[in-house]
Amino acid sequence: MVNGEEHEGNWILRNGRVLDPERGLDKVCDVLVLGGRLVDISPHFDLPSDRLSEIKEIDAAGKWVVPAFVDMHVHLREPGEEYKETIETGTRAAVAGGYAAVACMPNTRPVNDCAAVTEFILDRARTRGSCHVCPVGAITSGLKGENLSEFGELRDSGAVAVSDDGRPVMSSMMMRRALEYAKTFGLLVISHAEDLALSAGGLMNEGPISTLLGLRGIPAAAEEIMIARDLILAETTGCRLHVAHVSTEGSVRLIREARKRGIPVTAETAPHYFTLTDDLLMTFDTVYKVNPPIRTSRDVQAIREGLADGTIDAIATDHAPHSAVEKDTEFEYAANGIIGLESALPLILALVREGILSPLDAMAKVSCNPSRILGVPFGRFRTGAAACVTIVDPDISYVLDADSFFSKSRNCPFHGHTMQGQVVMTFVDGKLAFSRI
Amino acid sequence: MSFKRKDLLGIRDLEVDEIEHILEMAASLKEINTRTIKKVPTLRGKTVIHLFYEPSTRTRTSFDIAAKRLSADTYSITASASSLVKGETLLDTLKNLEAMKPDIFVIRHTASGTPHRMARHTSASVINAGDGMHEHPSQALLDMMTILEHKKRLEGLNVLIVGDITHSRVARSNIWGLGKMGAKVILCGPKTLIPPEIESLGVQVCYRVEEAIADADVIMVLRLQKERQQQMLLPSLREYSIYYGINRERLGKAKQDVLIMHPGPMNRGVEISPDVADGPHSVILDQVTNGVAVRMALLYLLGQK
Repeated sequence: MVNGEEHEGNWILRNGRVLDPERGLDKVCDVLVLGGRLVDISPHFDLPSDRLSEIKEIDAAGKWVVPAFVDMHVHLREPGEEYKETIETGTRAAVAGGYAAVACMPNTRPVNDCAAVTEFILDRARTRGSCHVCPVGAITSGLKGENLSEFGELRDSGAVAVSDDGRPVMSSMMMRRALEYAKTFGLLVISHAEDLALSAGGLMNEGPISTLLGLRGIPAAAEEIMIARDLILAETTGCRLHVAHVSTEGSVRLIREARKRGIPVTAETAPHYFTLTDDLLMTFDTVYKVNPPIRTSRDVQAIREGLADGTIDAIATDHAPHSAVEKDTEFEYAANGIIGLESALPLILALVREGILSPLDAMAKVSCNPSRILGVPFGRFRTGAAACVTIVDPDISYVLDADSFFSKSRNCPFHGHTMQGQVVMTFVDGKLAFSRI
Repeated sequence: MSFKRKDLLGIRDLEVDEIEHILEMAASLKEINTRTIKKVPTLRGKTVIHLFYEPSTRTRTSFDIAAKRLSADTYSITASASSLVKGETLLDTLKNLEAMKPDIFVIRHTASGTPHRMARHTSASVINAGDGMHEHPSQALLDMMTILEHKKRLEGLNVLIVGDITHSRVARSNIWGLGKMGAKVILCGPKTLIPPEIESLGVQVCYRVEEAIADADVIMVLRLQKERQQQMLLPSLREYSIYYGINRERLGKAKQDVLIMHPGPMNRGVEISPDVADGPHSVILDQVTNGVAVRMALLYLLGQK
């Protein structure tokens, strides 16, 4: 870490390739931050010599200088499962991955279904966190699917959205009412689309590999049927819908058609859904066990196309930490989940190298797009606003070592993979929250 | 050839010459089981632990008899998978047992892939005695041995497997084994019991027994578990029996020398009628006899290290 006492909040980032997807800026520039706030972006700043000592100069030549990332889908496990992750360790992992804000899902213990839990999370984030935390409340009390949570209080205590992540709302009536009631308070509804009757007992993607391995399959239909339902409900009610962790070709097609018809829907996917395929499960390695499951190469291709044509607005990580107790076990009993905060960037940059996304589009998927969907002020360069900036080395090649992660957990399927691209520094509100140098 | 593997986990990863080698070995060891004194000293001083996390009578007894006839010392540990979830992990159990220096673990488990995971964590040999819906290699080997005894070949035979393919590790191991040995495998059952895209394993699927029965050289009848009704897979055992049960009438359309096989335990009157089970085409008890020989061969080959 750089000790920045005497120039607290005063930085000049020199000669980086500045990418601001919101305004389409892609240019070698200097970025000046004073008092923790973004002053300006300009091809060159001449600093008055009398102020030089107060301003820390950073050479960003050859690097990307981008709005610090926003992850709209993580699990921080606190309260309740602090042995897997805490708000402290999860946000440290976040800033190491270039994120300045993360939206945490409500399936904690207790469930975040009320103001008290939301306030606890925000309080912990303020005192121990390394970045902004945006709590997502539960759609129903205790995620039980029986009663709506108190959306008004959730919003007023700081929740940015409501979701059923982990325990899908099976009742179509409940989902309809949730969409309508959320609209009352301007809250976003995030849908974990899974028909639990169709996915029951499922351990991996249904297809030739599940047949071969004798593992019960989760059909693509389990996801697609619920997306179709929620799209119809969004259309019926005129309420906004966000679809979490899109994993199948059919889901991309449904969302694409819905958008064409003007249904107010947005969508996210996660790096494992555009990178990994279900044949990796041939070794029964539980690191690949995740819900929704890793699908086929056809689905991977469709997800990539959905990202390229804008059907999928955002890339989230669905960072889902688990300890060895949940993972180092028989495949059938192992917990679902993959951590992603510290491995997402190089996987996203791979899409840029393969020509699927432009650098600006790729950065938009992790900055201004998710922040626009959530209605939070992060993920963009705004003059006068608290500076959240990430410096990325897009070219550096290295072997990913999950043992060096700040996350408490190690369930990363990319451990040992050769990666290209790495976060060098992350500034949160003008403070250097992470530095690799 | 010599058998170089540490473990015997499935048929899918075996080469044809390895299967032939095991079957030849089994054929030569079979004779021991007919002697007055049914014991040879081959595995004297070797320790075999049977680790069964799923109820089993036939397979466990068969492995135990096989090991004892080769003079190995055997120990049986049985537990339900649910008690395992509550207490010590299976890996800890394995590590503790390994500290007592066994040579071979024979593992059965309800969860697919478990013997494979165990094999990575122990230097002892692991034999898969059935994992979930995945593989049951010793069953497929004893089935191939039985067919060979009666038909003198596997290549070119039509083998019809009837019943609950989805939940059957016996079917999967036989699909691999018979396919490798050049037999043609046809699967038959209601679509609810045929796993998705099974054709990708190189088999044919049909939904009407009558269509496939005439050409079959071998009919393998699978056990139908009563729970399948509750899982929305079948309306009733009665209807299953009407459309898929192998009875004398259906067998009338089959070849004169067709073999009837069943891995057991049988539901008489459901998937197979008693007269067929006990009839002249049935080689069901030969399968059980050959099971001991095949398991002797596996223990012998892995126990040589």
